[in-house]
Amino acid sequence: METRVKPTSLAYVANARTIGTRAFGTGLETRGIHAWFGKHHVLSDINLDFAAGTVTALIGPSGCGKSTFIRTINRMHEFIPRAAMAGEVLLDGRDVYSRGTDVTKIRLQIGMVFQKPNPFPSMTIGENVLSGLKLAQLKVPNKDDLLEECLVSAGLWNEVKDRLNAHGGSLSGGQQQRLCIARALAVRPRVLLMDEPCSSLDPGSTLRIEETIRHLSETMTIIVVTHNMQQAARVSDYTAFFLSDGGPGQMIEVAPTNEIFSRPRDQRTENYVTGRFG
Amino acid sequence: MSAITPEKVVPAPREISTKPRRSDKVFRAIVTGGGLSSLAILGLIAIFLGYRSFEVLRQEGFSFITQADWSITTDDAGNVIESHFGLSAMLVGTILSAFIAVVIALPVSVLSALFLNFYAPNWLKKFLISLIDVMAAFPSILFGIWGFLVLMPSVEYWAKLINHYLGFIPAFSVNPYIFSRSPFVAGVVLAIMIIPIITSVSREIFAQAPLDRIQAAYALGATRWAMIKAVVIPHGRSGVIGGAMLGLGRAMGETIAVFTVLNIVFQVNWHMLLGAGGNVASLIILKFGEASPYEIKALMAAGLVLFVLTLLVNAIADLIVKSTGKSGR
Amino acid sequence: MSTLAAPKPTKPWAARPKDRVRDGLLLLTALFASYGFVALTPMKGKLAYFATFFFFYALFTSGYQFYSRGSASAKDAAVNSIVLIGAALTILPIGSILWTVIQKGAPGISFGLFTNDMALATPTDPLSSGGLLHAITGTITLIILSLIMSVPIGILTALYLTEIKGSLTRPIRFLVQAMSGVPSIVAGLFILSAVLYPITKGYSGFMGALALTILMIPTIARTSEEVLNLIPNELREAGTALGGTQWRTVTMIVLPAARSGLTTAVILGVARIAGETAPILLLTGGGDRVNPNAFSGPIGSLPYYIWKSFNAGSPEAITRAWAGLLVLLALILLLFTCARFLSARKIAR
Repeated sequence: METRVKPTSLAYVANARTIGTRAFGTGLETRGIHAWFGKHHVLSDINLDFAAGTVTALIGPSGCGKSTFIRTINRMHEFIPRAAMAGEVLLDGRDVYSRGTDVTKIRLQIGMVFQKPNPFPSMTIGENVLSGLKLAQLKVPNKDDLLEECLVSAGLWNEVKDRLNAHGGSLSGGQQQRLCIARALAVRPRVLLMDEPCSSLDPGSTLRIEETIRHLSETMTIIVVTHNMQQAARVSDYTAFFLSDGGPGQMIEVAPTNEIFSRPRDQRTENYVTGRFG
Repeated sequence: MSAITPEKVVPAPREISTKPRRSDKVFRAIVTGGGLSSLAILGLIAIFLGYRSFEVLRQEGFSFITQADWSITTDDAGNVIESHFGLSAMLVGTILSAFIAVVIALPVSVLSALFLNFYAPNWLKKFLISLIDVMAAFPSILFGIWGFLVLMPSVEYWAKLINHYLGFIPAFSVNPYIFSRSPFVAGVVLAIMIIPIITSVSREIFAQAPLDRIQAAYALGATRWAMIKAVVIPHGRSGVIGGAMLGLGRAMGETIAVFTVLNIVFQVNWHMLLGAGGNVASLIILKFGEASPYEIKALMAAGLVLFVLTLLVNAIADLIVKSTGKSGR
Repeated sequence: MSTLAAPKPTKPWAARPKDRVRDGLLLLTALFASYGFVALTPMKGKLAYFATFFFFYALFTSGYQFYSRGSASAKDAAVNSIVLIGAALTILPIGSILWTVIQKGAPGISFGLFTNDMALATPTDPLSSGGLLHAITGTITLIILSLIMSVPIGILTALYLTEIKGSLTRPIRFLVQAMSGVPSIVAGLFILSAVLYPITKGYSGFMGALALTILMIPTIARTSEEVLNLIPNELREAGTALGGTQWRTVTMIVLPAARSGLTTAVILGVARIAGETAPILLLTGGGDRVNPNAFSGPIGSLPYYIWKSFNAGSPEAITRAWAGLLVLLALILLLFTCARFLSARKIAR
């Protein structure tokens, strides 16, 4: 197992307990990511390493570019008209923006869960989970096993196993969000991006999703955008703090989560995590 | 209930009375009157056409719809000696050419609506939308004359091709060998007329396909077509059918464009490529010029039938479009 | 700000010159293939070129995608070409119509066309005699008369649907929808049976305008309703909270705020009826001289002039018809441009 130490991203990561301990891929790196909407520069020079099998939380006030950042990772950024970017996103050392890359294959490897649960209303629960296979025309030998596995991983199996043919819209908000997680898992992504996955849910459902995230991190790399600092503290191994000082959003600091919350190095981070602003 | 509970006094809700001022009363009365005008006009159309055509409808009875003859004999003084009025050939022709029009226009419109929403670059999209909107306002006489002088020769050629290769299917057989001014030609002209209508209805419905689901599909590694199939088509299906019904209603009521490219023959003809067709609206224009007062009444009856037919089609279209609005969560 | 090293914004997902060359090559190959195919087989004609070209284009692009990215991409590329066919089939007739009208109508356009009527000429006369002054004045008369009748009714209907919101809102919205589907010939027959035969007993511009009013009301009512729905409710509440009656709120706040949108609605209504032919043929009588009195005597109009010339059949008459169509089309395009321009600012300042 190789250990990647990049001078740009902080040495903390290299020393972290999880590096190289799991046998799946080498993780995800971003190199000098910038993002624009038209002339508006929204994100400046983000360098982050996401080691395989870790959970990284991105925190920071609204409008600091966290969501834009994760959308550049799986190339959802380019759906916004007049959007532009610079930099590289390396998945196993290969730039996802390199010429000739099939963007659909990238998105199969880097799954995404959105702020609001968005199951497909015309499909049943079971069809929703397997929809990714249909959309990307993938063949799997045993669909029923995959269905069960994904729903178990998403912590939804016991609640829906008797009504897999019911429509996705019949579930509660929290269940719908876990259904969306199960849907993202079915194509077996190696990275899962979560854009404030709990922001529209009640505390009980939030707890269930956090358990799911902890459980999933054993098999994949997870990046969670959150406004909730307790959530970041509960689920993540690393935390990166983003801030915009009126200009483009920047990453101020990244560190193991307990350090960010106990002894942040930057004054601005301390102000934010202690609730003095934001 | 046996337990004795201290009676809780629930107050009766107070009545909130707002007495509208006189100016408001007058205002509301005027606006309501204006709002009811559509009811009044539609009602008057039904009443007057019904009143004028009553005599003919009583005379002909049900055969006004089932028979195909259209003849009237008068003596020198203008008194009616004998008359037979039947609309069946015209009704069959109307439905046949409107149906051909929708069959051609629906796929083309859905494809161009998809093109406008999901394929075209922004500048082209804006330009094409204005162009298609303008086309929806082109007068029917323009379609009629263009259809007759420019389009008909090509369509006849296509009709011959279809007949040559698919003539063994009864609907495509032609006997005698006449292709000009057939229901097929009228159907193609009508299709071109209703494509803008169905396109703009479909485009609006597709544009309402929820963005979060579109993004979810893309995030799962869908290609553009896979996304459209999974999200856009289920969302827009019934709205598109409603749009097609609107187009059907328009195609059934069209007069001038059909009149110029259709041969009116008083004989029921289901062979779409054969140059003999019928159309209720065109019949009215055809016979109106030299019609005697009694025949005018028959034409009024034909107008009444057409009115009821298009009203029905529009009502169904409206129901379908409304039901999409409700289920489109 | 760390702008000293900020790189240039790029769009790595946009097509690069190399991709464009590849797409162009695919297109060219498809063109040549269709040309060769049509040359080698007994097929011939524009239709054959069109069909084989799209077939080959779909085949080549999806084949390429299958080779480089697999079956899902191949399907996507095939659908891509099919969607292009649909768009082409929508655009082709529009292009053909515009081209034909301009090409065939232009020879018939002359200065005399706008200063003479047809009182002393017949459609088959040489183009130098006669004109369509009577038709233009007649069409303007018809439009003005129907505007006077349909604008108040249409806007009142829209106000009922947006401001009163009574129990009848749903049925009335349905009736307006149904009214927009009334065939124009039925509107003509209705005026014939309800007004012309029992009351006036003679053709006149007013009869035509009555029928056109029926056709115009639903267009105005529906577009106005959309516009009035765009007016934020806070404006109405602000008006009422200031102690205004509903009447004053509507006339002093809502309607002025929607002014340019309502103008658009009216223009679209005019465009809807300007070329309406069937009821004109039944009701106006179509005179050949300028008739300033809309209430008695036959009155000419553009559609009637076009129809009469077209049916006269001689080459001169057909050219007259095309010239008439060109004038009519120019009028409609002008109206649409105005409507576009106004609706760019949907709600007035």
